[in-house]
This record gives sequence, C-alpha cells and structure tokens, in this order.
Amino acid sequence: MRNTSISKDQAARRAKRNAASLRAAVYAGAGICIAVLIGILIYILAKGVPNLTPELFSLQYTSENASVVPALLNTLVVVALSLAIAVPLGIFSAIYLVEYAKKGNRFVKVVRVTAETLAGIPSIVYGLFGYLLFVTTLGFGYSLLAGALTLSIMILPVILRTTEEALQSVPDLYREGSFGLGAGKLRTVFRIVLPSAAPGILAGVILAVGRLVGETAALIFTAGTVAQTPDSLLGSGRTLAVHLYALWNEGLATEKAYATAVILLVLVAGINTLSSVIASKWTKGNKNG
Amino acid sequence: MHLLFFLSAGVSIAAVLLICIFLFSRGIPAIREIGVQEFLLGKVWKPSSDLYGIFPMIIGSLYVTAGAIAVGVPVGVLTAVFLAFFCPGRIYRFLKPAVDLLAGIPSVVYGFFGLMVIVPFIRNTFGGSGTSWLAASLVLGIMILPTVIGVSEAALRAVPKSYYEGSLALGATHERSVFRTMLPAAGSGVLSAIILGVGRAVGETMAVIMVAGNQAVMPSSLTKGLRTLTANIVLEMGYATDLHREALIATAVVLFVFVLLINLSFSAVKRRKG
Repeated sequence: MRNTSISKDQAARRAKRNAASLRAAVYAGAGICIAVLIGILIYILAKGVPNLTPELFSLQYTSENASVVPALLNTLVVVALSLAIAVPLGIFSAIYLVEYAKKGNRFVKVVRVTAETLAGIPSIVYGLFGYLLFVTTLGFGYSLLAGALTLSIMILPVILRTTEEALQSVPDLYREGSFGLGAGKLRTVFRIVLPSAAPGILAGVILAVGRLVGETAALIFTAGTVAQTPDSLLGSGRTLAVHLYALWNEGLATEKAYATAVILLVLVAGINTLSSVIASKWTKGNKNG
Repeated sequence: MHLLFFLSAGVSIAAVLLICIFLFSRGIPAIREIGVQEFLLGKVWKPSSDLYGIFPMIIGSLYVTAGAIAVGVPVGVLTAVFLAFFCPGRIYRFLKPAVDLLAGIPSVVYGFFGLMVIVPFIRNTFGGSGTSWLAASLVLGIMILPTVIGVSEAALRAVPKSYYEGSLALGATHERSVFRTMLPAAGSGVLSAIILGVGRAVGETMAVIMVAGNQAVMPSSLTKGLRTLTANIVLEMGYATDLHREALIATAVVLFVFVLLINLSFSAVKRRKG
C-alpha cells in the first residue's frame, strides 16, 4: 500500500512537471512570435515615421528626391485595373461553379484544380509569363497594362475561392423562396444570391487588394521600374512595392526606403482592418438573420 | 448569361494552359540544348562562358526552404496551440488580427527588415557579409509564420471537443491532453499547414534576394550566401539574351514543376484527411 501511494505521488509530480514544461514551450513559442511581430512593426515605424517628410510627397520624382507620389498613383492604377478584370471574371466563374454547374461535373473539378494550381504558382513565374505573353508576344512592352493583366490572373483564384465560399454559404431557402415567387434563375442569382453574398465577396476582393499592393516580383518584368507616372496605360511605371525594391537595388535613399515601407505597412494594415470589419459585420448579420 | 458564366469559369483553365505553353515551349528546348544533365546537375552557372548548371540554385532553394521550416514550423505550431488552447480571450482579440497583419505585410518589407536588422546582426555575430543562408532562413521562417499559424489553428479547432474532454476525464492534465490528443488528431491539418508554408518559401523571391547574398555557387555553410531558383530569374532576366534568357525561363519551368509537386502532395494530404 505504502509503495503504491508513493509511486502515485511521484506520478502526480511527474505529470505536473511535464505539464509545466509543455506549457513553457507553448508560451515560449507564442512569445517569440509576438516579439518578432512587434519587433518588425516597431522597427519599421520607428525608422520610417521620422522620414515621412513633405518632400517625399512632392508630385515629381527626381533623382535627388525619391518622391513616392508617382509610385502611389501607379499602384492605384494597377490595383484598379487588375480588379476591373479579375473581379467580374472571378465572380462569374464562382456563379457558374456554385449556381449553374451540376454536381459532380467534370468541368467544375478541372476548374477547381486549375484555380488551386494558379493560387500556388510563385509570383516570379507569373512575372515571367506576363513578360513572355503581354510584354513581348502581344507587344505591350513594359507597361501598367501588362502588369495589371498579369496580376489579374494572379488574384483570380483568390476572388474565385472567396466568392465560391460566400455563394455556398447563402442558404438554399433564399433561392427556393425566389423561385417560388416566380423569379428566374438569373434574376435569383443577381437579386437574391449575390446581394446576400456581397460582404463575403467584398472581403475577398479586399484580400486581393492587399496582395496587389504588396506584389513586386510579378511586376518588375511586366510593368517595369520607371519611377514616373506614365502618360498612358501602355507606359511603364513602378508601384509602391517595386519602388521599395528599386530603392534598395539602387542603394541610395535608405531613409526614403524606410518611409516607403511605413506607407506600405499602413496601407496593408488599413486594408486588413477593412476586410476583417466587413467579414465580422457579415457573420453578425448572418446570426441575426 | 449562362454561356458568359461558363466562359469565365474557363478562364482559369485557359490561364494555366497558357502559362504551361509559354514556359514549356521556351524552356524545354533550352534544357534540351543545354543538356538535361548539364542543366539540372551542372554545378557551374556562368552564362558568359555558356555554362548553365542550376544545381546550386536547386540546392539553394531546398536549403532555404528547409531553414524556413526549421525556424517557422516549431514557432508557428506552438503559437497555433497557444491561440487555440491557452490564450485568454482578451489577448486573442489583439493577437489574431496581428498575425493576419503579418500575413499581409509585403515581402519587400520583410526583405528590407531582414536587410536592416537580421543581416547586420549575423555580420556582427558570425563575421562575413551577413547576407547568408541563415538570414534567408530567418526571414522566410518569419514570413511563413502566418500561414502555419492560421492553418494549424483552424485544424486544432476542428478537432471535436469530446477528445479533449475524454482525455481530461482519464486524468491527463490540460497540457498533456492538448499535446497527446488534440495535436495528433489535428496532424494532417498541421501537415497541410507545413506544406503550404513550403510552397510559400519555395516561391518567395524578393525577400530572399535582399538577404541571401545570391552567389551562384554551392552553399557551403549557414553563414555563407546562396542563390535560389527564384532569385536566379529576377537577378538576370533584366539583361539576359538568347540562350541565357531561355535558360532562365527553363529555371522557371523547374520552379513550376517543384510547385506542382508541392500542390499535389498538399491535395494528397487533404484527400487522406477527407
């Protein structure tokens, strides 16, 4: 009796020790992660914010003053253009997959597999492809148009997947109700299903915007690295992320690079917040409804 | 309209086909001209004397990816465990968006951070230039954190609560239940997270270029530089001509095949789980 009670005691102590060391490992892992995260944010902000000077935002880029304004404008143009191409395509594809295709359709499977493949392709491969197709074969040259076309293929799977999920989460009851009231398929999709899925789709689009803003590798050989705002879509121009890369590559203007990093960070943080606010509003709305 | 939807859905297929056609039609002949063995296993990359061996870059990509996994996976999985089972709600509400933010930070910003902080640190600690395998592994390890954390956490949360309760009822501590019951049950989800992380690490370009040193030689030690497949393309595409350019496209073909393999193993894991 005595013996077993001692070993029980030991076992309990060992269990406690084990638990403590496991807990320590978890806290250490999470601690490292949090430290790195905060470290990056504070470092970039501390180094960059003092460099956010007025001349950084002057309208003209000169070699003495690496203004970010042209890059900002180029970013806006590229993002808008890519979205204009990819959003309708992605939404229409998802509508086909969810609303029109029959279950077990082979075509649907192929689309899903290819979309997954597209999502996994590294951005530099997109860059090379865009260079071969849009820049040389189609003769657009280094241009915002070539860059936007390349990026639109890149974000297509993001939009497709989030829209698909959003459409799937619309209850069938809505569709049946609409049909019951005499609406056709198309009317049901556009008047009933899409509006109820809109917040989910919007969150996906914003996610895509974040990716577009941060993209570099796919743009260097498609939109090029000219530091000015081009006169037309067929001109070359660098986006903000490419601008940061170019500043590093040229090895000058480190302070400007820090400031550019801050602007990128703030943009991405804003985009993320927007996306999560919309997503959470949506889930709340769903619960109430 | 039906037709329009159908055609839109076909765009993904067309895009993959176009990418394959454009890369393979330029890359494969180049590989043939160089010689498959010379290209894939050749240890010297010297376009000026027509030597196109990408073996150092293949090894470079593998090393950097392995390093990123070694750095990112333990920290990432532990953080996911923390978020799923240990984290008080108050901290969670701050931490979760922060991890999402980490996912959204552009890779050039990571590269820039690595260049300004990690590289000088390595230079001062170990000597050398600082741009190295180690630096690239650390930066990539940080970059794959959000992927690993997000997917692992979702997998951990998907494990039925009854597993945990059963383990507790058998007298196991909270920690033991988490590590011996929940984590193994979420195993295939965690594996998917790792594979996704590998995919991100293999394909990463800009951050690696800024911190890896980019010497096109066989990597010799943790603190020496190396060049990855992705870096090879970006660094030389700007001025390459003729066979050199085709060889770079062939490099992209190799990269593409790598990524396809990773994707395949990912869907294999997913299928086993389902």
